[in-house]
Amino acid sequence: MAETTVEKKTIKFVITRQDKPDAQPYKETFEIPYRPNMNVISALMEIQRNPVKDDGNKTSPVCWDSNCLEEVCGACSMVINGKPRQACTALIDKLEQPIRLEPMSTFPVVRDLVINRERMFNALKRVKAWIPIDGTYDLGPGPRMKEAKRQWAYELSKCMTCGVCLEACPNVNERNTFIGPAAISQVRLFNAHPTGEMNMEERLETLMSDGGIEGCGNSQNCVRACPKGIPLTTSIAAINKDTTKQMFKKWLGM
Amino acid sequence: MKGNSFYSRKIHSLLGVIPLSLFIVEHALTNFAAVEGGPQGFKDAVAFLNGLPLVTFLEIFGIFLPLLFHGVYGLYIAYQSNLNTGQFSYGRNWAFALQRISGVITFIFVFWHVYQTRFQVALGNVTHEQLGSSMHDIANSPFFFTFYVIGVIAATFHFANGMWAFLVSWGITVGPRAQRISSYIWMVVFVIVSAMFLLSLNAFRGDEFKEAAAALDVFTHTAA
Repeated sequence: MAETTVEKKTIKFVITRQDKPDAQPYKETFEIPYRPNMNVISALMEIQRNPVKDDGNKTSPVCWDSNCLEEVCGACSMVINGKPRQACTALIDKLEQPIRLEPMSTFPVVRDLVINRERMFNALKRVKAWIPIDGTYDLGPGPRMKEAKRQWAYELSKCMTCGVCLEACPNVNERNTFIGPAAISQVRLFNAHPTGEMNMEERLETLMSDGGIEGCGNSQNCVRACPKGIPLTTSIAAINKDTTKQMFKKWLGM
Repeated sequence: MKGNSFYSRKIHSLLGVIPLSLFIVEHALTNFAAVEGGPQGFKDAVAFLNGLPLVTFLEIFGIFLPLLFHGVYGLYIAYQSNLNTGQFSYGRNWAFALQRISGVITFIFVFWHVYQTRFQVALGNVTHEQLGSSMHDIANSPFFFTFYVIGVIAATFHFANGMWAFLVSWGITVGPRAQRISSYIWMVVFVIVSAMFLLSLNAFRGDEFKEAAAALDVFTHTAA
């Protein structure tokens, strides 16, 4: 067999690591062999197989979270070269080197790049981002949805609770109780549904309490950062309109 | 902050428009009388305001208390925000950061400006008629002139960008197109109102205001 001489290409990584939730973060540099069509996840797998730093010293394998590998689950969100995004769709060929990986530190860091997004799921529970159809008897089919409405509502349903919008938001931090853009957009989605609409006031009232929609400062980073292209700022403004209406309705006793 | 922050924030937002935005526009128009009418025009404009019925009531409930609430709660809002324009250098994120920075500058500026003008009137050190000459002295001090230029630009930006945000926060401009057009309109308002303030500040530097000051000096000396 003919021997092919291939230039030995490598990829450089600078990874922010943290051993425990309350430990101090530190940086480690890795250099791994290049293969075509790699993404950040396959590079992390390479580091896991051979956890050796660029100075030749062995280290513990880097931990990360991932699941679907097709940008629909939101589990592998991390800060890549300064921007929060999913590691699975971050292609090595399109990234500037050294590739800097950091956890989304708006959330509690569990270990290395693994974060705890529980606050997002709690937010969905708080705003009741679902349609209650359970009962003691068959409620029958609900009303139909207008096709034009279904089309924009479908865009909102693409939210995978990945946390990128919260990471980008300057008002989601430890001094602020803001619920974040994702849950507000989900309120718009479930209020748009003909059956979900029946619990509209309940959801709006939740957003009109502490840590609700008033925390939005209109920086509009969320809509720029959202990997699914969800019109988050339109959702927030639409819910601003609905909460304002709800406020006046309540005042006037309507 | 105690109570429901939704209502505090809504009051903060509403007070920014009524009365504070109305007041800043009124202030720009009054000052501009110094450009158009000189010392006499400015004096007449001040006299007109002082001739308004319930003027003390208007000053306390229409300006002072709303300003105090908006300013103090605004500092709390600024404290609750991170500035991340380094990571996300988008125009709107810059506006978000500048809204908070200009708010803090405006707070300091307005505090000092009220101390130099209205507070001195309240203490009896100057009369309303002498405010033109007070402003002449302020505008001719290089330090205060710079301070006023920065303060006025910060206040006007805060007003114009705040109006943009008000329209979003109350659900009036919802879609991206409406918000974009609104941002163009308010940036034009920012330029016009800033220009009015800066032209008036420049007009106060003029010798005619100095003469008015000198004349008043003579008047007060002879009276004394």
